[in-house]
Amino acid sequence: MTVATLQAFLPELVLLLGALGLFVVCLGEGRGRRARAVASGVALLAVGASAVSLTQSGVLFDGTYRVDAFSQLLKVVLAFGYLLVMLVSRRLPAIRGEIQPEYYLLLDLSVSGLVMLVSCVDLITLVVALELAAFPLYLMVPMRLEAHGQKSQMEGAIKYVMFGIAANGVMLFGMSYLFGLTGTTSLPLLFPRLQPLMHSPLALVGLAMTFCGLYYKLAVFPFHFWTPDVYQGAANETASLIASLPKVGAVAVLIRLVSLSAPDNPPLVLFMTVLACASMFYGNLIALQQTDFKRLLGFSGIAHAGYALIGFVTLDRAGYSAALYYIVGYAFMVLACFTVICHVAPDGENLSLEQLGGLHRRSPLLALTLLVGVFALAGIPPFVGFMGKFNLLVAALGRGHLWLVIIAMVNAAIGVYYYLSVVREACLREAPERAPIVLPWSSRLLCVLLIAAIVVLGVAPGRFLDSVATSVACVNAAPSMAPAALVAGGAR
Amino acid sequence: MLLLPSSFPILSLLIFSPLLGAVGAALLNNDRWLRWWSLGVTLVIAVLSLELYLGFDPGTAAFQFTEQTPWVPALHINYAVGVDGISLLLVLLTTLVMPLTVLASWRYITRRVKEFMVCLLIMETAMVGVFCALDLVLFFVFWEAMLIPMSLLIGVWGGPRRIYASLKFFVYTMAGSVLLLVAMIALYLQAGSFSIPVLMGRAYAPGFQCWVFLAFALSFAIKVPMVPFHTWLPAAHVEAPTAGSVLLASVLLKMGTYGFLRFCLPITPYATQVLMPYMLGLSVAAILYGGFAALAQSDLKKLVAYSSVGHMGFATLGIFALNSQGIEGATLQMINHGVTTGALFIAVGMLYERLHTRDLHQASGLGRAMPVFTTFLGVFALSSLAFPGTNSFIGEFLVLTGGFARSKWMIVCAVPGVVVAAAYMLRVLQKVAWGGLDNPTHPGLKDLEPREVLTLAPLLVFVFWIGLHPEPFTRVMHASVQHLLTQVTQSAAYASASLR
Repeated sequence: MTVATLQAFLPELVLLLGALGLFVVCLGEGRGRRARAVASGVALLAVGASAVSLTQSGVLFDGTYRVDAFSQLLKVVLAFGYLLVMLVSRRLPAIRGEIQPEYYLLLDLSVSGLVMLVSCVDLITLVVALELAAFPLYLMVPMRLEAHGQKSQMEGAIKYVMFGIAANGVMLFGMSYLFGLTGTTSLPLLFPRLQPLMHSPLALVGLAMTFCGLYYKLAVFPFHFWTPDVYQGAANETASLIASLPKVGAVAVLIRLVSLSAPDNPPLVLFMTVLACASMFYGNLIALQQTDFKRLLGFSGIAHAGYALIGFVTLDRAGYSAALYYIVGYAFMVLACFTVICHVAPDGENLSLEQLGGLHRRSPLLALTLLVGVFALAGIPPFVGFMGKFNLLVAALGRGHLWLVIIAMVNAAIGVYYYLSVVREACLREAPERAPIVLPWSSRLLCVLLIAAIVVLGVAPGRFLDSVATSVACVNAAPSMAPAALVAGGAR
Repeated sequence: MLLLPSSFPILSLLIFSPLLGAVGAALLNNDRWLRWWSLGVTLVIAVLSLELYLGFDPGTAAFQFTEQTPWVPALHINYAVGVDGISLLLVLLTTLVMPLTVLASWRYITRRVKEFMVCLLIMETAMVGVFCALDLVLFFVFWEAMLIPMSLLIGVWGGPRRIYASLKFFVYTMAGSVLLLVAMIALYLQAGSFSIPVLMGRAYAPGFQCWVFLAFALSFAIKVPMVPFHTWLPAAHVEAPTAGSVLLASVLLKMGTYGFLRFCLPITPYATQVLMPYMLGLSVAAILYGGFAALAQSDLKKLVAYSSVGHMGFATLGIFALNSQGIEGATLQMINHGVTTGALFIAVGMLYERLHTRDLHQASGLGRAMPVFTTFLGVFALSSLAFPGTNSFIGEFLVLTGGFARSKWMIVCAVPGVVVAAAYMLRVLQKVAWGGLDNPTHPGLKDLEPREVLTLAPLLVFVFWIGLHPEPFTRVMHASVQHLLTQVTQSAAYASASLR
């Protein structure tokens, strides 16, 4: 291995070495605290490593793994997200003490899967990375302590696994079609070979089925059934991870896959338009009825998956970068909401909207975090939710999808109602006096970081949008475009 | 269109210093200091804004004091601000009303004073921003961002049904802006820019204009509010705290009419001409409906709220008369309504602080116990019914003149609205000033204290100033209005010619 390769692979190495370290920690007993320290350190190092290797580019492992502006930008986002999730998972009140080291190990493994996922340019490595990201999550959901008299964590876990495996099966099936048609699993080679066959039913079905595995991750209707139950069944900290980072990974891979079908593909566009509309309406309408905050976020997540899908309907770079920008913003918004859930529920129980009552008195900072997160989700400026939606709508209308844009805006208006009902419970309604919530410095830091991310991404999106746009431009670019010197073929 | 940049970024200063003031307020912990701090900040901004009036060149229709820097280059969004004669007056109205709202909340707000003042100051940023924005996206950001502090003002410090009113206000406005955003993007895709001056200079296909007009108009009609989109207004006004009601009446409603003037008329002139009769009809309906609904109220705040619907009907009537008397009258009417109705809401708030009711019958016979208050109320009531010598007379007279030139029948239909306004306002005056003296709680009532006199007095000055000498106000807007009219008539002629 050359130094250049090592540098390009640095974030992954940090996470994998971290996993090894955590594994060693797991061997002892009663080491929850130490495991947390190690995991937090790994998260910090990962942020640093991904920042250092931001400008790296090259192709590793026989052309199956590409380090480019796209992947490196996402690695920074994912590493930063990991750090935030670690700050959220400070206490893990709903996870038994003796398995907490394993919990952190799985968390680290899942994130490392996501970090590798964004670099995969081969269907095989892609599936492996997807599984690496998914399987730890399947285990983390049932690790929650059994709630009194109910086994919702088991129900959620089973649903998660079953739907996950089924979606993977469908995806693999679709990929087998693509392989059968083109004789390759490498995305850069697949693209030119698929172009002449694009309008054959086989290619369309193959592509559509391949997308399905990622729609499941993203919780697009009708692959969403697991979402509310898993959110409800999993520990609050686990749900905060499931709701945020995997969606960023899913959108990233979806960009690589959907751009295979560019530039013009009416059947797939119709397919995605229908799914986007169905997700938005389904998620928003059902969320109106929710009283459990996590379930509400689950259904709102389905609606947001629908919004993100609008970016793919355009089949052009403007749309992809809008979708990516949106989902990154979404990860921060939803993390802000989960931060509040984790801190308001000290014993790790599920939180009904009513329990938010009087939050402004109990902890003004948490109330502010909640307001910012919820209003951002509702798409109110100056937060990132607005700028994200705005970008999506400009991209979609630019390609003439007028009705899709109108439907999206109607949905934004519907969504406002249930987001406001969260605000109503937390800030407007009189509530019985409850003890104030004292936040440790790490939680304060977390709140400030999240608010800053949501506001800054919304108010000054210029630089981030530019880097997203340039990074999206290099997705599936022909391998020859990568600098020859960095094509590190000898990476084995 | 010509832009006159300024060497000193005074508009940005006006927009963002309230925000800084809000940050400062968030750091204070003493309620007393908080009140003084907010008063100080708003006063300083008010004084600063006078600089705008003094430096304004009324001889040109160009946007003045403009600033422009790229904001989101990927989408050609700029941070662009500037004022013309119309927006100048509205910015001044906003900055001058703000200190009065702080004064009006001095005693009334005792709970969570810090959050209240922060919301109030953020509101000022958003409101000034709306009137100064020369970029559609910037406009929309301020327009929507205002919803958060305003709904909190209503929802946290409001009356018994505050939560209902707050949610209704938010959802109604949000629903209105659904199509506004779509129309904005459609305009951008046609013109390649979000810049308002650039968008004004383009000609669009007639059919496209009509859709854009309708999308804009729905949003603005909800904000004005025009009948039948007015149902959020009485709820919001009645439940909001005094400062919230004043902001709603004095500034927020103007954003709707301002939107018509800034966007619908110059950007979609052809559609404006085509749809004008319907807008005139809705305006007359609002005048009559607001007047008669106000006549039936016994809750003073509700009465003033419905009278707002009628008064804003005059403003939209003047706008869609599409001649210079009409539009100048409408702009003046916007200022007048801000002054008079704002004052009436403050007065009702003072009454409520003393009596803990807003019921007209229980408030009767205050004339002997509170002569100063009654004098103020009398002047503002007369102003509200457009008594000659007061501000509203000039505005309504101009609007009616302009409207008469446009359509005699519309004005014939609208005139009963003027009479009804006299009826409900005189009824208030008769009850409050000379009504039943047997009300046992009244003798102990204290008249206005100096702070309260200070709150109402500036508005009183404006009532007579505009009423007796409106020239300083019409002077600054004249060139802008003329320019607006040429935009409407020329482009509309061009569009209808291309249609043939």
